[in-house]
Amino acid sequence: MQERLKQKATQLLENGTVDRILGWKAGEFFYDLTPAVFTTKEQIEKDFVFNVFAGANLSKYLIAESRKGGKVAAFIKPCDSYSFQQLLKEHRIWRDNVYVVGVQCDGMCDAAKLGDGVLSVKEEGENLIVDTLYGEKTVLKADAIADRCASCKSKKIVIFDELIGEQGEETENDRFGEIARLEAMSPEERFEFWRGELSRCIRCNACRNVCPACSCEKCVFDNANSGVRNKAAADSFEENMFHIIRAFHVTGRCTDCGECSRVCPQNIPLHLLNRKMIKDINELYGPYQAGADMDTKPPLTNFTVDDCEPSIVHERGGQ
Amino acid sequence: MPVNEEFKPTIVAFCCNWCSYAGADLSGTNRLQYPANVKIIRIPCSCRLNPMFVLRAFQRGADGVILCGCHPGDCHYTTGNYYARRRMTLLFSMLDFLGIERERTRVEWVSAAEGAKFAATMNDFSATIHKLGPNRRLEDLRCRKD
Amino acid sequence: MQRVGVFVCWCGSNIAATVDVEKVAEVLAKEPGVVFSTNYQYMCSQAGQEMIQESIAKYNLTGVVICSCSPRMHENTFRKTCEKAGLNPYMVEIANIREQCSWIHKDKETATEKAVILGRAAIAKVHLNAPLTSGTSPVKKRALVIGGGIAGIQTALDIADAGFDVDIVEKEPTIGGKMTQIDKTFPTLDCAACILTPKMVDAAQNEKIHIYSYSEVSSVKGFVGNFKVTIKKKARYVDETKCTGCGLCTEKCPQKKVPNAFNLGLDNRRAIYIPFAQAVPKVATIDADYCTMLKSGKCGVCSKVCTAGAIDYTQKDAFIEQEYGAIVVATGFNPIKLDQYDEFAYSQSPDVVTSLEFERLMNAAGPTGGTLLRPSDGQHPHTIVFVQCVGSRCDDSKGKPYCSKICCMYTAKHAMLCREKYPDTDVYVFYIDVRTPGKNFDEFYRRAVEEYGVHYVKGMVGKVVPENGKLKVQASDLIGNQQLHIDADMVVLAAAIEPDKSARPLATMLTASMDTNDFFTEAHPKLRPVESPTAGIFLSGACQGPKDIPETVAQASAAAAKVIGLLNKDHLVCNPCTAQPDELMCNGCSSCEKVCPYGAITYVDKEFRGPNRTTLLRRVAQVNPAVCQGCGACTVACPSGAMDLKGFSNKQIMAEVDAICR
Repeated sequence: MQERLKQKATQLLENGTVDRILGWKAGEFFYDLTPAVFTTKEQIEKDFVFNVFAGANLSKYLIAESRKGGKVAAFIKPCDSYSFQQLLKEHRIWRDNVYVVGVQCDGMCDAAKLGDGVLSVKEEGENLIVDTLYGEKTVLKADAIADRCASCKSKKIVIFDELIGEQGEETENDRFGEIARLEAMSPEERFEFWRGELSRCIRCNACRNVCPACSCEKCVFDNANSGVRNKAAADSFEENMFHIIRAFHVTGRCTDCGECSRVCPQNIPLHLLNRKMIKDINELYGPYQAGADMDTKPPLTNFTVDDCEPSIVHERGGQ
Repeated sequence: MPVNEEFKPTIVAFCCNWCSYAGADLSGTNRLQYPANVKIIRIPCSCRLNPMFVLRAFQRGADGVILCGCHPGDCHYTTGNYYARRRMTLLFSMLDFLGIERERTRVEWVSAAEGAKFAATMNDFSATIHKLGPNRRLEDLRCRKD
Repeated sequence: MQRVGVFVCWCGSNIAATVDVEKVAEVLAKEPGVVFSTNYQYMCSQAGQEMIQESIAKYNLTGVVICSCSPRMHENTFRKTCEKAGLNPYMVEIANIREQCSWIHKDKETATEKAVILGRAAIAKVHLNAPLTSGTSPVKKRALVIGGGIAGIQTALDIADAGFDVDIVEKEPTIGGKMTQIDKTFPTLDCAACILTPKMVDAAQNEKIHIYSYSEVSSVKGFVGNFKVTIKKKARYVDETKCTGCGLCTEKCPQKKVPNAFNLGLDNRRAIYIPFAQAVPKVATIDADYCTMLKSGKCGVCSKVCTAGAIDYTQKDAFIEQEYGAIVVATGFNPIKLDQYDEFAYSQSPDVVTSLEFERLMNAAGPTGGTLLRPSDGQHPHTIVFVQCVGSRCDDSKGKPYCSKICCMYTAKHAMLCREKYPDTDVYVFYIDVRTPGKNFDEFYRRAVEEYGVHYVKGMVGKVVPENGKLKVQASDLIGNQQLHIDADMVVLAAAIEPDKSARPLATMLTASMDTNDFFTEAHPKLRPVESPTAGIFLSGACQGPKDIPETVAQASAAAAKVIGLLNKDHLVCNPCTAQPDELMCNGCSSCEKVCPYGAITYVDKEFRGPNRTTLLRRVAQVNPAVCQGCGACTVACPSGAMDLKGFSNKQIMAEVDAICR
């Protein structure tokens, strides 16, 4: 796959379709592939990487890249394509300046699932050959797959100019199981659960910075006039507030790409908050998938005269 | 920590200017009583209520927050309360999901003619909050009064 | 920091009896920024207002807080007071310590404490107030009247009379509306055509009035004083400027089997037609659904006989754009469809007719030439049964919950006319109540009963069964407590009336609100009955609720008066509490635009300074302050917080929250 992507990237540069390529390069560690822009064949040859750790969603970077003049090609996985289309819908990306190469994705891996002391990983069919400090071992790819990919919502690439690999379909995974488990808890248990999670937040802003929906020109948390400007949480309230406001701001816009949880250095399952909102929207206002198309009105800028009342939160109990 | 002898909840009621604020005025005109710990903030429309205001109230020591607006279909601005309804539904659901007592938040539609409903709603909401006790799950310790 | 003055009002004993006003003034004097604090018996009195004005000058106040009655009562009073003293009127905040404090609490200590907190919140807010100036927008001195019935005609005539241009858009080929189909009018029994057609001619001949007949409004943009309307002139395949209305084509057209809508399908007309003799404009129209030439390209008779050469089979719908300062809705009503009322055998027997059909059967220009004959066999009916409230005051889903208002009177009229013209007929009227509030209305009804011998029976008809050329009517007589069986020759149903179907989509275009029955909502049910809540939209006639002709004309003239008042102004003063985007923070995501009920938000691509002397092109929101009504929906839809509302800004509301929760 990596070779096909490299070939395509080189070809797009050489035939003048684009003048820049947005892809991935190796980061500090073998598993933290970092988004990168390439402008020459040589750079691509040397640094371009695509493997089971290319989880980073590239769509957000196109907000800036698409405005720089010239044309940029981006490799977009199924999840990324939803984010990409949502950003198009919000007029954030300038479509004319982007050439989208859709890339088939069979799920990305989570390095944490490979155990300690990993030095490098090689793909061989369904297996990963893992070289560790303690010698080489073979791990089934399926066993190392990231949680968010295990409950993947769709393998469909909803928008592209060209496709590498196979087009996929929406999947039937139960991604709301974990939400239902939390809903079944008592409020006290839920409060304890979230306190346990959110109290670990160090306000590094990684979730905000990686989130394609959190792409405001200026975040309310950086804005003195918003009344909620806040650089670091000084109280449990502020820990909560940041995540509540963030989740509310992306409600109806979050595509459930799961990047927030992937990048959280404290391993807080932030995606659960967003996913709860998605579940509510689906149940209360009808199925809605952000980024699935360009036309459907987002649920928070839409209504029907017989929408449920807010008291439904009281009436339905734990859910 | 001092024992809370007599808990006087702080309740913030956001009222839309056209219906509910007028409804509150009407309950005054009719001398219908409700607890003094309910304080009203006038906003032009229920759709002006930003979730950040709700959080701010809890942070600063409110024990309950209630939004009152025109009945769906009667919005002075035609559609404002429909948006408010969705926003508050999802916000309340999120707070509930985080384990905040769901009874602390409420939305009621009160028309300019429903002075009695306004007073009854405030009495009921105040009683509910009184039963729940002080807001501890969504407070800022620095703002605690006792 | 603002220099704030606090003025605590006693409101006689209304506030002072339960709130210790002196203490409130004293405590609030210690709030930051408060340089003067006092109390007085009646702040709204001349003396009170002067005191405020003097204090503004003396203490150089930049903000004023008045602790008094509800802002809904005297906010404007105090704003004007301060404005006269040179303070921006939006630097005034009211703490409502009467309706929301002294009147609802009995304990003085509690009420005083609450009054202090409410005062603090107002002080906190006023610290963040900024002087606001109302913008102005120009007024386009032209009005649009949608609907050319008696309501629309009257409104247009009155507006034109005041010297303003008016356009009437009428969807039918002629103006005149429902009234053209009516025979006589209650309670004077003068002929409808005799009083209506002169008005139609007046409208047509008035230089200030332009009639777009056979046209519809296809889009409305803009706002009060400045609407941009696209009018669709439907193709009538006849050149209006050439047609002389001679009517030769309507006699020669070989397509004779077209149900005549003007006579409600009781007879036929040709495919090219003029609805009736006094139509305005008197121009022929080709009914494209029936014209052989338009359907198959074979015929062309009308074109051959037209000496004026007015026929144009290639005509297309035309779109006209026009600007208006005000729009009057006069879309009128229709009787409801009676499909759901088969107990009255409406679909089974042609002798069961609606009241409007009955009007045509009585009309000299109607299908029977004014002689009342049964549609089934052309015989003169001897027993006629009138049924009132068919679909009105109906609590089930098949009818309308409201009273259609006009049926009692026109049924009395029909009954009376029958008895007058044909004294040999027996006339029964079945009613729930007879409602005759109106000048000379009850007298009229009593004449029907007492002088004309109409049998009024309190009770409803249960069933009508056509049998051997008769209509067997089963009914109950509530007063006689008996069941009645009447062999009738004709049954006339007083069908409920409902708003015209074109009203709902029109309301959406106009962003005007409607009630659940699709009647337009008035800005205030008692005090502003001819205005829609949407500025610049006015209501005339039955589109706002069921009305008879005198009421319709009264409302039409009232709407015209409001329009004239608006068009007389050169500029409109706008509400200064409008939304305002911070362009530097705007994402251009369109969330605000989607929730704006007024279409006040548009987007422009604008260049901004980027890093390293570069420029960045960004899509940013713009609010038209003349259109924005200040609801604030956009401010919450905006994820970045770029949109804020002047007068109710995020910071101001949060400051109030803080003060209350302190």
